[in-house]
Amino acid sequence: MNRPVIEVRDLRKIYGEGEATVHALAGVSLVVERGDYVAIMGSSGSGKSTLMNILGALDVPTHGTYHLDGVDVSKLADRQLALARNRLIGFIFQAFNLIPRTSALANVELPLAYAGVKPRERRRRALAALGVVGLADRARHEPNQLSGGQQQRVAVARALVTEPALLLADEPTGNLDSRSTSDVLDVFDELSAAGRTIVIITHEDEVGARAKRLIRLVDGRVVEDLRQSPIDQRPVGAFAGRHAG
Amino acid sequence: MNFWEVVRFALRGLSANKLRSALTMLGILIGVASVILLVAVGNGSAKAVSDRIEALGTNTITVLSAGRGGSSNTSLTVEIADALQDQTLAPDVKTVSPVVSSSATITYEGTDHQVNSFVGTTTDWFKASNTPVGAGAAFSADDVAQGRRVVVIGRTVAEELFPGVDPIDKQVTVSGALFTVIGVLAEKSSTGIQDANDTAVAPLNAVRQVLSGYGALSSILVEAKNPDKVDQVQSEVATILDQRMTAVSATSNRSSTTPYRIQNASQLLQTQTETADTFTTLLGAVAAISLLVGGIGITNIMLVTVTERTREIGIRKALGAPRRVILTQFLIEATLLSVIGGALGVAAALIGSNFEIVGVRPVIVPSSVGLALGVSIAIGLFFGGLPAGRAARLRPIDALRYE
Repeated sequence: MNRPVIEVRDLRKIYGEGEATVHALAGVSLVVERGDYVAIMGSSGSGKSTLMNILGALDVPTHGTYHLDGVDVSKLADRQLALARNRLIGFIFQAFNLIPRTSALANVELPLAYAGVKPRERRRRALAALGVVGLADRARHEPNQLSGGQQQRVAVARALVTEPALLLADEPTGNLDSRSTSDVLDVFDELSAAGRTIVIITHEDEVGARAKRLIRLVDGRVVEDLRQSPIDQRPVGAFAGRHAG
Repeated sequence: MNFWEVVRFALRGLSANKLRSALTMLGILIGVASVILLVAVGNGSAKAVSDRIEALGTNTITVLSAGRGGSSNTSLTVEIADALQDQTLAPDVKTVSPVVSSSATITYEGTDHQVNSFVGTTTDWFKASNTPVGAGAAFSADDVAQGRRVVVIGRTVAEELFPGVDPIDKQVTVSGALFTVIGVLAEKSSTGIQDANDTAVAPLNAVRQVLSGYGALSSILVEAKNPDKVDQVQSEVATILDQRMTAVSATSNRSSTTPYRIQNASQLLQTQTETADTFTTLLGAVAAISLLVGGIGITNIMLVTVTERTREIGIRKALGAPRRVILTQFLIEATLLSVIGGALGVAAALIGSNFEIVGVRPVIVPSSVGLALGVSIAIGLFFGGLPAGRAARLRPIDALRYE
């Protein structure tokens, strides 16, 4: 139980060759414990998207090791990677990335289907996940019938439906207005309070301020690692967010 | 995850884009249907031609003179015709009908009609040439022996000269001589431009007296005892003719060619069938091109479909779909499109083949159905599977970034 969710050692990612070499990540080491709520911030070009892709097992590092929930992801083959993405990680993208012309419920069911869960059980869990994000009544709607904030909450439901070890969000509020942003962040606060491990990549201070831990990335290196509130308590941001507005 | 889940994903994928799915299927439908129908039309016309030739009678051969002019040693005579009816030398010959034929004008009560072939022959000719009498009767052997001036006219002649009147027992004038109409031939289907019904048949000697004179015969129609014996009959006839005709001509000039020509209905049939086969091949080639064009259409739509959904593939991979599942889903989509489209195409072709197309009744060739269906499905699978395989191999991050 004390095994860290993310354990990254000297992660490097190099694009291009020779003169044009770009060090997107120049030796990042990071440990994220279970139940933590981490915001990784940085300006564009700081390497945060690259870090996100590697943490999400969507991309492989040039150098370094990455243990996700005790599994050495950098040594996995394509098939096992797919399995790892399905079982260990829940993705939330900036562009929502729901499957078009497919109902919210079907979208949320999708990772369960790939995990081989029986249809009845799948439906029950998908509806429960939609309930968590407060969209149980929108289960039959297709993505184009939902607002941006609702779509992102469906995406959150889809990410958490498999009970993954890690919820990984890439600029989850980048495409949302402030009201939807606060809706989605409230959901994150709830999930964190429920003991989920969350990593959010963002460049918005408002989002970063609500996390329990803030990591700043500049030129592919960690320059600041700030604990804003204890792991085992409700995030302060949640409290502030709930009573300020 | 099990196979039926993937099938359900594929169905959902297809129904998510109904118009495009329908158009893809339409393309396959047209390709498959046109191949089957065009081949069927070719096949149908070939069949129609062979049916007509078979109607002429396949158990007969026709002996024609090859010589030009009326020189007696190269021309066919009644004596030669009689000689062919020889039970020892030609045991397989059933009947021999000497034929003279010329064009003539028939007049009835001031109405003229030009007949293309006014045939003088014997009674056996009606049966041998597969020309039954429709109304009235054919002339008898006695009529032939007596050279009575009686005539059996074709349907066209009857309609021209006797509109609304029963032509039987009416007197017509042919070349100044009176003939009595005793029968009307049954209607015959025409081959080519010539009207097979524009004819009149009279006893041999009557026609020779009135029209053609006592010169050479136009041809001799020899009927075999059964259709299998046609080739034997042909060689028997050739033997007799060689004896009769070269015996005379050998003294005058050693011509390397025989002075006669034998036409065989089954040979004619074979030639015609070959021609028709060429025609079918040609139509098949045209149809194959349309199938190819249809195939390019399928290819195009499959490429577009998959490329457009690269991002979706990226999402699915990010959610943990293994490569195999994604590939299977797209392959099933492609298969469903081409199989349903192909099946509808076959159905359309089967329905279409019930109608006459440019005067030809199409006859479906079963192998063309299999071929068209097989090719379209293969194209759909290959060009649906190829880009899907490429997309499934993409790293999810690249697929997700794909715009």
